[in-house]
Amino acid sequence: MSEDQGVWVYAVAAVIRPARLAGLTGVSSQPVRTVTGGGLAAAVSPVSLAEYGEQPLRQHLEDPDWLERTARAHHQVIETLAADGRPVIPMRLATIYAGDGNVTAMLGERCPDFAAALDRVTGRAEWGVKAFAAAPPAGEETRPAASSGAEYLKRRRAQLSARDEARQSAADAAHDLHTALAELAAAAVLRPPQQPDLAGQDAAMILNGTYLVEDARSAEFAALARERAGRSAPGFRVEVTGPWPPYSFATVDAPGGPE
Amino acid sequence: MSEVARRGTAAPVPVRRDAAPAGPPPARVALVDLLDRVLAGGVVVTGEVRLSIADVDLVQLSLNVLIASVRAGMPGTAEPDRDG
Repeated sequence: MSEDQGVWVYAVAAVIRPARLAGLTGVSSQPVRTVTGGGLAAAVSPVSLAEYGEQPLRQHLEDPDWLERTARAHHQVIETLAADGRPVIPMRLATIYAGDGNVTAMLGERCPDFAAALDRVTGRAEWGVKAFAAAPPAGEETRPAASSGAEYLKRRRAQLSARDEARQSAADAAHDLHTALAELAAAAVLRPPQQPDLAGQDAAMILNGTYLVEDARSAEFAALARERAGRSAPGFRVEVTGPWPPYSFATVDAPGGPE
Repeated sequence: MSEVARRGTAAPVPVRRDAAPAGPPPARVALVDLLDRVLAGGVVVTGEVRLSIADVDLVQLSLNVLIASVRAGMPGTAEPDRDG
């Protein structure tokens, strides 16, 4: 491996079948191959450090097109590995090592941690559940004009309190939904709500949960999300995505440890 | 009211990830959901042998850029940030 090349790591698994990687390309359109160590296998592909070294990477991460292209390429490799039905541990985007030897060393050092992580996600998949609350309709415009300042204030207070109530009831519904889903799941992680612009929604996101669910219970999980959404207040909407590779549940470093 | 955006197939679960792909190719996942995961999730192995990783500050930066580009793509949007 030449000095201006690095190794991008996609995921770690107990075994990666060579047939899975046949014809598979990753970031930079380079072929994906396997590096082994510590009884584990990592899916990797070469990257040019002129593009993926620390400084250029920093700049690229600010480029939305580059970011999307790279994120999708990273994800596609991980999904392809997960399609085998065997557990995989996804690495965070832009995990780059200087060479195969470093990847092998890392696998050897962290092999008990990876083994534990693989155990944790075996037979399970990640599901995302987002809940949105539409702003309650104002409903004031159609009424006749207030006859006095006092009347106006009274109406305004009622309007505001109705809005608060609607907001509170949506927050309660999201909390109940999360509690019910987390009970069914093996693990749950709440993510910060996505910004409305990014989520492509007018309604405010009031729940952005990820859940690690036994494959055997995924139907039950989706049904629960639908059922809860169905009996919530108008304007409350639920979106389920998945199955995802266990991005949110594949942790190797101790909780609270340095990242 | 509820919308189940399940990828791959519209058939009800259980999930069969080992099944041969049949029918239309899987829908692309939403970029925002993907970035949520590949930038904030996934394993981070600390250690000197690692060259780099997407760090949290950059993630925020990237998302800001992304928001700006999303906004630019929408005609006549002037809505202020509601939650900063």
